[in-house]
Amino acid sequence: MPNFPDVDVLLARLIDALKPHITDSTALVGIHTGGAWLAERLHRALGIKPPLGTIDVAFYRDDYGERSLHPQLRRSDIPFDMQDTPIILVDDVLFTGRTTRAALNELFDYGRPARVDLAVLVDRGERELPITARFCAHTLSAPLGKGQRLQLEQSDDATLSLRLIDV
Amino acid sequence: MYNPQLNSHGELQHLLSLDGLPREILTAILDTAAPFTEVAEREVKKLPILRGKSIFNLFFENSTRTRTTFEIAAKRLSADVINLNISTSSTNKGETLLDTVDNLCAMQADMFVVRHASSGAPYLMAEHLRATGRDDIHVINAGDGRHAHPTQGLLDMYTIRHYKQDFTGLAVAIVGDVLHSRVARSQIAALTTLGVPEVRVIGPKTLMPTGLDKMGVRVFHDMREGLKDVDVVMMLRLQNERMAGPLLPSGQEFFKVWGLTAEKLALARPDAIVMHPGPMNRGVEIDSAVADGAQAVILPQVTFGIAVRMAVMSMLGRG
Repeated sequence: MPNFPDVDVLLARLIDALKPHITDSTALVGIHTGGAWLAERLHRALGIKPPLGTIDVAFYRDDYGERSLHPQLRRSDIPFDMQDTPIILVDDVLFTGRTTRAALNELFDYGRPARVDLAVLVDRGERELPITARFCAHTLSAPLGKGQRLQLEQSDDATLSLRLIDV
Repeated sequence: MYNPQLNSHGELQHLLSLDGLPREILTAILDTAAPFTEVAEREVKKLPILRGKSIFNLFFENSTRTRTTFEIAAKRLSADVINLNISTSSTNKGETLLDTVDNLCAMQADMFVVRHASSGAPYLMAEHLRATGRDDIHVINAGDGRHAHPTQGLLDMYTIRHYKQDFTGLAVAIVGDVLHSRVARSQIAALTTLGVPEVRVIGPKTLMPTGLDKMGVRVFHDMREGLKDVDVVMMLRLQNERMAGPLLPSGQEFFKVWGLTAEKLALARPDAIVMHPGPMNRGVEIDSAVADGAQAVILPQVTFGIAVRMAVMSMLGRG
């Protein structure tokens, strides 16, 4: 198992990368669940003006039928006007790109954003769609392979950590 | 035991009745409905879940509201919806129910939403689909005779959970024409399955079916006694069109004894909610002051009904 850098270090790196690009109208949207935890922290650290948005892309996934709906379906919540707003979409791990594709579809159902950038903590490669992250704190040098899921976890005391799971 | 509503993995195959569905399935439907309520607030009120699926609304009995909410639910899931008003179609020319089903299957139907005056018609359809090996086609009962109206029962449960959070400490009263009410049967089945400790049924003896005591409810023939300290009051519509013979005096007389007025509602808990499946007969089973009052949640019921029907359709239609 590869050694992952500390999440706090990666988060600080992401904040530094994002800082020069934030304007008064920039809004953050976190993808449930890991992306939403990150977006919450970025929102605070970057002093983002519009309230934080979160989305659950389960309904927009191209493999929706094969996945079980349960247990964790979250309400999508976009508490600002999407129309003409620059959006930074936040996810924990960028992998095949299918979640990002689903998230883009969902965002556009709320209106036409001015632009959408993607910010992720880790890019693990192995893309299946033409998608790339503009802001990325860490890129894996070797592929993990399909049998491994890399995901963000939050402990009871709100500490974030990356975990590799066999699927 | 074979349950026509569940597939071999214990997942929902058809929604025919709430009677016989385990608590986990009922809770799963309510949980699935919750995120769907938010779709109505979007600019594009659509999710791509049932894109490319064809849903046939088969209404052998008129019901504008139920048909419309099913249609909205299906369209918000991006399905193609075909409404068949059977009273003006081939059944009048002599086609049987199962021939109609076979013909629509030949048109690549994925799901049927059926309303029928005969109790059991949706079961007959589901059984026919199973016997002919078409397990990929699903049936939703939108009301059959006096038997069941499961999506109404589910939206009522969603409404109660929305306002009361938990089922396990509640006293719930169902009031009115229980005898003719498929809604009441679905409500009683769902309330008891979800663990409501006290389900009361209130109404005149002539409008009570036999065997109610076996359904785990308490029967009251005095409305004031029955409403005492309840958390939820579920009014039923007086089914005028089903009323054959002298079961009842006039509408005004019914209202005097069984109509829900502010004065009677005051006997319930102060935070009690008032529900009605619609369409309401104002001045017959419910007073306008109550129907439009602060405790009424009748219009939210309609809104939740769309999310609940989306949940059922999405659970049936995936894969």
